[in-house]
Amino acid sequence: MAAADQVDPIHQFQIHPIIPLHIGGYDISFTNSALFMVVTIAVASAFLYMSTASRALIPGRLQSVSEMAYEFVGNMLRDAAGKQGMQFFPLVFSLFMFVLVANLIGLFPYFFTVTSHIIVTFTLAILVIGTVIVYGFAKHGLGFLKLFVPHGVPGYLMPLVVAIEVISFVSRPVSLSVRLFANMLAGHITLKVFSGFVVSLSALGAVGIAGSVLPLAMAVALTALELLVAFLQAYVFAVLTCMYLNDALHPSH
Amino acid sequence: MFVTSAFAQESAPATAEGDTHAGTAVPAEEHGTFPPFNAETFPSQILWLVITFGLFYLFLKRVVMPRIGGIIDVRNDRITQDLDHAARLKGEADAAVAAYEQELAEAKANANKIGQQASDAAKSEAESTRKKLEAELEKKLGEAEASIASIKAKAMKEVGTIAEDTTSAIVEALVGGKTDKAEISAAVKSATR
Repeated sequence: MAAADQVDPIHQFQIHPIIPLHIGGYDISFTNSALFMVVTIAVASAFLYMSTASRALIPGRLQSVSEMAYEFVGNMLRDAAGKQGMQFFPLVFSLFMFVLVANLIGLFPYFFTVTSHIIVTFTLAILVIGTVIVYGFAKHGLGFLKLFVPHGVPGYLMPLVVAIEVISFVSRPVSLSVRLFANMLAGHITLKVFSGFVVSLSALGAVGIAGSVLPLAMAVALTALELLVAFLQAYVFAVLTCMYLNDALHPSH
Repeated sequence: MFVTSAFAQESAPATAEGDTHAGTAVPAEEHGTFPPFNAETFPSQILWLVITFGLFYLFLKRVVMPRIGGIIDVRNDRITQDLDHAARLKGEADAAVAAYEQELAEAKANANKIGQQASDAAKSEAESTRKKLEAELEKKLGEAEASIASIKAKAMKEVGTIAEDTTSAIVEALVGGKTDKAEISAAVKSATR
């Protein structure tokens, strides 16, 4: 079984409990997934907290990174949702940092990738859409439903357009979560498959070791690509969050 | 060999994981289903995600973001302040330059005026001196002319006497005897006329 696990690209996604907990028939054990969530927030918090500890007027390298992340997300939100949108800055910034750091930590060998589980990304997406719906109705009341009724559409087309708008709104949490989940999952599987080739080929002797250079190079290149994807998916998640929040602020588009 | 030892190392934690699976009596079919779609792990993941993300959100909102925002605000304030300060200093410098230039222009005008006055005064003084000198010279010239005229008259008068004396001497030498003074004087007068 151990030998099979070597090349089993799915093995890395398995969840196993570290501290088993069962309450009311639910398994809420502290798992490796939970451990890496804790690691993610610990790393992100520690980095942001310690890099800004000196509050230097002229920032050092680490403080620059923290400030860049802060202003990057801030500008993103301001561009997408305007000044009013800045009340959601903490939410978008935490989402961005959480997804980014979780993605980056997942790139380390033997580390678990929190965002490679659909339930995690879906929970985050539901948090976003839930915020949009709750804030939208709280701010605009039933006026929020204007989101589904675009201006300037002929009356006979209205039912069709409204149906399409509703479907697109409902599919948002799905697309938001599946995009992140699928990217991380696929990337890690590919990485594991190529790394598995290296191991299997090397077991074949001298010729195999020589041949394993190719998948090794591929694994290196993929690692670089995954680094890009890790950042890009965090960015995409944050930018879409900003756009959805803009809908909550200005439903009549 | 390097590769085989790495292989052996990697297989060790894998078997250890297999043991923990067996030890915690996780259902065997977990290995059969695709882990991300295994609904049995959902409650635990949701719960821990809510806990960790909630803590992360609160920490960022309460501690980190005010801090970074504060740092950036302080910096922006400082930059604005410095820019204002620089603008004020520039204004002061400009005013100083303008005042200097004005003073310079005034000084130039003054200098011109003083120079003009001095040259005017010098000119008028020179003019008056010249006039005085001219008048003096005129006067001296008149005097000289008068003295020349008197000397000339006197000389002319003496010329008559000399001529009479000479004539009487010549006549005495040629004719001999005493000459009549009145006769000679009349003769000289008629000759010189």
